[in-house]
Amino acid sequence: MTATTDRSWVVAPANWPARFAWLVFAVYFAYALSHLELTPARFLAGLDYGHKFLAKLFPPDFQRWELLLKGLKESLEIAILASVLGLVISLPASLLAARNLMPSWVSWPARMLMVVCRSFHPVIIAILFVKAVGFGALAGILALTVASLGFLGKLFTEAIEEISLKQVEAVRATGAPFMSVIAYGVVPQVFSRFIGFASYELDSNLRNSTMVGIVGAGGIGGTLFAAFQRFDYDFVCAIILSIIGMIIVGEVLTNAVKKVFRA
Amino acid sequence: MTQNTHQAALAIRSLVKAYVRGKPVLNGITLDISPNGVTAIIGPSGTGKSTLIRCINRLVEPTSGEIIFEGRNLVTLNRSELRAARRQIGMVFQEYNLVERLTVMENVLSGRLGYVSPFKAWLRRFAQPDVNEAYALLDTVGLTMHAQARADALSGGQRQRVGIARALMQRPKLLLADEPTSSLDPKTSVEIMTLMRDLSNQRGIPAIVNIHNVELARRFATRIVGLSGGAVVFDGTPDALSDTYLKQIYGGENWLDDRDN
Repeated sequence: MTATTDRSWVVAPANWPARFAWLVFAVYFAYALSHLELTPARFLAGLDYGHKFLAKLFPPDFQRWELLLKGLKESLEIAILASVLGLVISLPASLLAARNLMPSWVSWPARMLMVVCRSFHPVIIAILFVKAVGFGALAGILALTVASLGFLGKLFTEAIEEISLKQVEAVRATGAPFMSVIAYGVVPQVFSRFIGFASYELDSNLRNSTMVGIVGAGGIGGTLFAAFQRFDYDFVCAIILSIIGMIIVGEVLTNAVKKVFRA
Repeated sequence: MTQNTHQAALAIRSLVKAYVRGKPVLNGITLDISPNGVTAIIGPSGTGKSTLIRCINRLVEPTSGEIIFEGRNLVTLNRSELRAARRQIGMVFQEYNLVERLTVMENVLSGRLGYVSPFKAWLRRFAQPDVNEAYALLDTVGLTMHAQARADALSGGQRQRVGIARALMQRPKLLLADEPTSSLDPKTSVEIMTLMRDLSNQRGIPAIVNIHNVELARRFATRIVGLSGGAVVFDGTPDALSDTYLKQIYGGENWLDDRDN
């Protein structure tokens, strides 16, 4: 071993499947774009329609504020009740679904339940519940509870699966019963993340609760849809502004909640 | 079982553990642990020291063999019997395994979890004598002023002291320690070993300690067990542990002297 010969080194060999995938994506994008038939003439006509629509929106009309307030109140109820119910069901469900704590015959069905809850958009679930329990807020609450279980359950499960098992092992070694192992070995490790996820879900439910009303599941969405159909665009504008206001207030509140628990 | 005062505190009989079928890590270990003193288990990495310790309180399930403790075979206990047995066996871990986000006091009190209902445990409603004892233990290990600190705010040596306090909080009849000093600096290691030996002597609790460091084993143990290839190849007092045995335990010989340097 006298003279050193050059030994070639590259970070990674050329990844031809990845390059091919990028090419396919680019071709598809161009194809899809060509189907939009976005011509300059159509764009100009659209600008005109947009102008007329915006002009009708303003000024917003708050004269029917009682109707508006009733819708907002119902949306808020739907969001909060669905979040709390979803949270209460998600806690045990995620414990059952965590593969590091449960045998697969327990975790598998729990995970399946969450996948099913997550596979439909809240509005589709809301349609089902409107058919099942009739028009009104109850359908909205049930629909968003199911959606919350799907998402909170998944996020909680992942948080539990990422904990340090060493801490759990130490608590288990003291001879603690199962629920105490959970209370001391698991909960402290996931608590602050759970608070974050729950407040995120409340935020998301607040948004979704304004939408389930469109299919008759209660809340401000129904009022909004009706106003659209009657071409009451100034009232539509009032509703939209109120929803934005509610979402902002909700965000401030959930941030405050997070801050309180982070201490 | 009152007449067994002369018997061993722990009797391990033909213990076998194979993580992979046909490749046992522990190959028929038989050991009697006397009711007091520190037994150090030494041996090369991967020879099953941790597995042996963990088989005793069944954090690792033994493949076959018997482990007799308090007149019962731990290997065949069902879940609730096992929990009852674990209450009597304190354990100290290499990486302390404290619940990081709980306070020092909560960690120490968690040694009583086997005796407290989950509901009371959840509400941190421990009996007053337990709280008093937890404070007394914190006094002993010198951490009283950190009682309300979160465990992850402590240094390694402090954490291990909490780990020892937690184990003793169980009022155990046996103390297991899995590499308790491997994550600590030499000075802290000596302090931790001193603490473990003294507390184990004062309270008459036999201790089984896995340890990498042969010098620490010699200094603190009353008995040394050398494992190699999943079997006991040395069992005797620290004085009897000659270089010949060390070669047999760890293999090779150059590492014992510095002639080649």
